[in-house]
Amino acid sequence: MNKLPFERPIIKKLNTGISNKFGLRTELEPITNIDGVPVSELIKDYGTPLFVISESTIRNTIHEAKRAFETRYPKVQFAWSYKTNYLDAVCRIFHQEGSWAEVVSRYEYDKALSNGVSGEKIIFNGPDKSEDDLVTASNNGSLIHIDHFDELYTLIEISGKLKKRPKVAIRVNMDTGIFPQWDRFGFNYENGEAMEAINKIMNSKKMEFVGLHAHIGTFMLSAGAYDVEASKLAKLAFEFKMKYGSNIGYIDIGGGFASRNTLKGAYQTGKDTAPSFDDYAEAITNALINSQLDTDDMPLLILETGRALIDEAGYLLGTVIANKKLSDGRRSTIVNFGVNILFTAFWYEHRINPEKEYSGHNETTALYGPLCMNIDQIRDSIQLPPLKKDDNLVVSCVGAYNMTQWMQFITLRPRIVLIDTEREVHVIRNKESNKDITALEYVPNHLDKI
Amino acid sequence: MKVNKNIAVSESGFLFDSMSGDSYSLNPIAAEILRLIRDTKNPEEIKQELLKKYDVSQSAIDKSVDEYLFTLKKLNIIK
Repeated sequence: MNKLPFERPIIKKLNTGISNKFGLRTELEPITNIDGVPVSELIKDYGTPLFVISESTIRNTIHEAKRAFETRYPKVQFAWSYKTNYLDAVCRIFHQEGSWAEVVSRYEYDKALSNGVSGEKIIFNGPDKSEDDLVTASNNGSLIHIDHFDELYTLIEISGKLKKRPKVAIRVNMDTGIFPQWDRFGFNYENGEAMEAINKIMNSKKMEFVGLHAHIGTFMLSAGAYDVEASKLAKLAFEFKMKYGSNIGYIDIGGGFASRNTLKGAYQTGKDTAPSFDDYAEAITNALINSQLDTDDMPLLILETGRALIDEAGYLLGTVIANKKLSDGRRSTIVNFGVNILFTAFWYEHRINPEKEYSGHNETTALYGPLCMNIDQIRDSIQLPPLKKDDNLVVSCVGAYNMTQWMQFITLRPRIVLIDTEREVHVIRNKESNKDITALEYVPNHLDKI
Repeated sequence: MKVNKNIAVSESGFLFDSMSGDSYSLNPIAAEILRLIRDTKNPEEIKQELLKKYDVSQSAIDKSVDEYLFTLKKLNIIK
């Protein structure tokens, strides 16, 4: 006789009171497969924790984003934000879809080159570019986005050593009505510093001034802020044209589009509150089209969208280590993935689902990671099925920042697989070994013996 | 081990404590264990019954049932 699946017995007190006005379902749909590949098979073959990336979701999402912008504006170019997820396999999917590379360090710059991106299609952002970085980027014809005057003067100083005139843009910061205003990067618009930087570039006659860039914030839940940003950049581009007589080559609107994750403390879910690509595109393209810029020669619109393009393509599979009761009677569950690998647990209330069907009865539990550190808390309180040791969970929307900001802390970082569009599973990053980590260490002779 | 007299449980797993006025919901296995207690089974017998019926290890049954019975006692549902 086949035995029945076992679910841990639970008893839950029923509280009467005002019902939830949104009437959200508390029953969790199990996630039994990802792109048609059974989760149980992935776990059997690769163990947990395991990051899983869906190539189909990446391609569908970039198609959707391109459609939203290209149907509204004549010249659009996406540049893949390397820091969001710089696994080579992931970057190459975006490059196959026509994205340029947007990098913020020499490490990322070299990664983009090794991924086959030509120098002219690399945007070099960030406050930290060494003299050697600037020489390399200039000689490769990359687009250098100048962040501060020290960088601008360095470029003027080194221009004699360069084979090519550096192609430069300036990063502009501005008030778009959101709080906090990001003013630590670039030159300020309102106080005239941005125009001053442009004047210095033009007067030096040593650089080719090709564009304007801004990046107003992160996880922007208001598309209206992009309207303000695009309007101010268009106004600056128009002032440039009035003064120097030429059109600006491109306007780079930066990144910051929200994904469908739910921010901690948010009243409604991210799915309900995040603007769509159409919302963002409408705000940005309307502002540019309705500006004073010449409609026959509009600048190229560059987008450095990262999070909104990759977050939903990532899953994390994990396993329950133990159940415990806390001193006040609350339940807690310990799982084998912590904040060291799920870094975004500091920001989001991730959607976490069981991997198997269950009776539909949930219980409230605190969800802790495996680290022997008090900060390792995935969720203070979450409704989950009655989990027992060795049950598996699927965390959704983890494609952005986790695989770049994760830490090798206490445990080693896990394997990452990609499910391609033909449902083939490929390991795209192996799990770390002790050897990988200690390979960079040296023990002085006097410490040979202990 | 006995279920207190003031406890009423429906087939679907709705439990009402007429003494305190509290009500609870039980998942199917929690309700089944309560039925076994009513049938005067002791903890060992309950675990054996469940082991025969469900795909579960002895240690998982031990931990789950012991913890559940502890909770039922704390809530004055059984004594």
